[in-house]
Amino acid sequence: MSTKIKETVQALLAEGKIRGFLGLREESGQIMPHLFCDPKELDHLSLGDRGKPGDARYPLNQILIRLAIEYPEDTFAVLVRGCDERGLKELFKWKQLKEEKIILIGLGCPNELAKACECEKPFPDCLVDGPKGEKVDSQKVARVNGMDLDARLQFWKAEFDRCVKCLGCRNVCPMCFCKECTLEEANLVDTGEVPPANPTFHLVRALHMVGRCIDCGLCEEACPADIPLRTLYKKVADIVSEEFGYKTGFSVDEKSPFNIIEVK
Amino acid sequence: MEFKTVLTTCPYCGCGCGLLLEVLDGKLIGTLPSKTSPVNEGKLCVKGWTVHEFVTSPNRLTKPMVRKTETLEDASWNEALDLAAKRLKEIKEKYGPDSIGVLTSAKCTNEENYLLQKFTRAAIGTNNIDHCARL
Repeated sequence: MSTKIKETVQALLAEGKIRGFLGLREESGQIMPHLFCDPKELDHLSLGDRGKPGDARYPLNQILIRLAIEYPEDTFAVLVRGCDERGLKELFKWKQLKEEKIILIGLGCPNELAKACECEKPFPDCLVDGPKGEKVDSQKVARVNGMDLDARLQFWKAEFDRCVKCLGCRNVCPMCFCKECTLEEANLVDTGEVPPANPTFHLVRALHMVGRCIDCGLCEEACPADIPLRTLYKKVADIVSEEFGYKTGFSVDEKSPFNIIEVK
Repeated sequence: MEFKTVLTTCPYCGCGCGLLLEVLDGKLIGTLPSKTSPVNEGKLCVKGWTVHEFVTSPNRLTKPMVRKTETLEDASWNEALDLAAKRLKEIKEKYGPDSIGVLTSAKCTNEENYLLQKFTRAAIGTNNIDHCARL
């Protein structure tokens, strides 16, 4: 637990600058999302580390959207790692959250976690505590790039074949905010079979991650079939970066090439 | 304003996955898999992910019903239980206890399941007891 983060949140609550702090709560060894409205509750504050760093992370930004819909006039603080901050930058651009209503409480990830995530930027700009770690290149994407196209398609089809269509990848995704989802649209993706249409189902989701996926890895952690979804979406992000020069979640001003229409 | 997540066990099958019910101002708004549950380690199946939906479903049975004519009609607990007891007794007397089978549920507690097998074996007098987890 971080004293710096606890004190920062305590001060924000005491000064009345925020209605609540969305973070993680630990009780009896269980870690779960919680909205801290009373400073006394902060004794139970957790940063999402149990056995290993960051092994109990949750889609806090997804919950934040629900809170903002219910309480549009209130300001909230939220615990963010590098990936969560990238997510918020995109969610501001996609008009899902108002930047002026959110205070970011930044936590840097230790090298162990940055390596496990092969993270491009394992710390947020709004760093309150934790290290300012270094970029880690993705060996997993490099391995896929090393295959010829036929082998690559076979690799992915074999991975997708294990899908049980739990939709956990979409459900846990902090960037999946659509009210209607193509994955449940029978005219586009066949329903009633497991594994779902291979590779259509997963490639449809991969396409929808363009300019959205901020590489938090929660989808892969939620997958009961251990499909390397993170590698797939990292590859998608690489293509967007190479072809359009756009890095998802790295700026607040620059618009995604897939979001060029002005939304008022 | 209150937002919290409540740790509980998935009611669908006998695996016992740990899940978190997201509660905003007393209303159930979502489900998340528990990262700290040793059973499912942050994963759920499609049913577990939608647990919150059935709780407030208008299709949910909230009171006993009895088929009095062609259709099911609302009844009191006493009326429903009396009818069930009367018919079970009649069937047992006419066809014997092995003509009755009982299905219990993985959604119940151990104690509830114990009670039902006791009722089946001791009150009805048959070993025909099974459960919904044998899917």
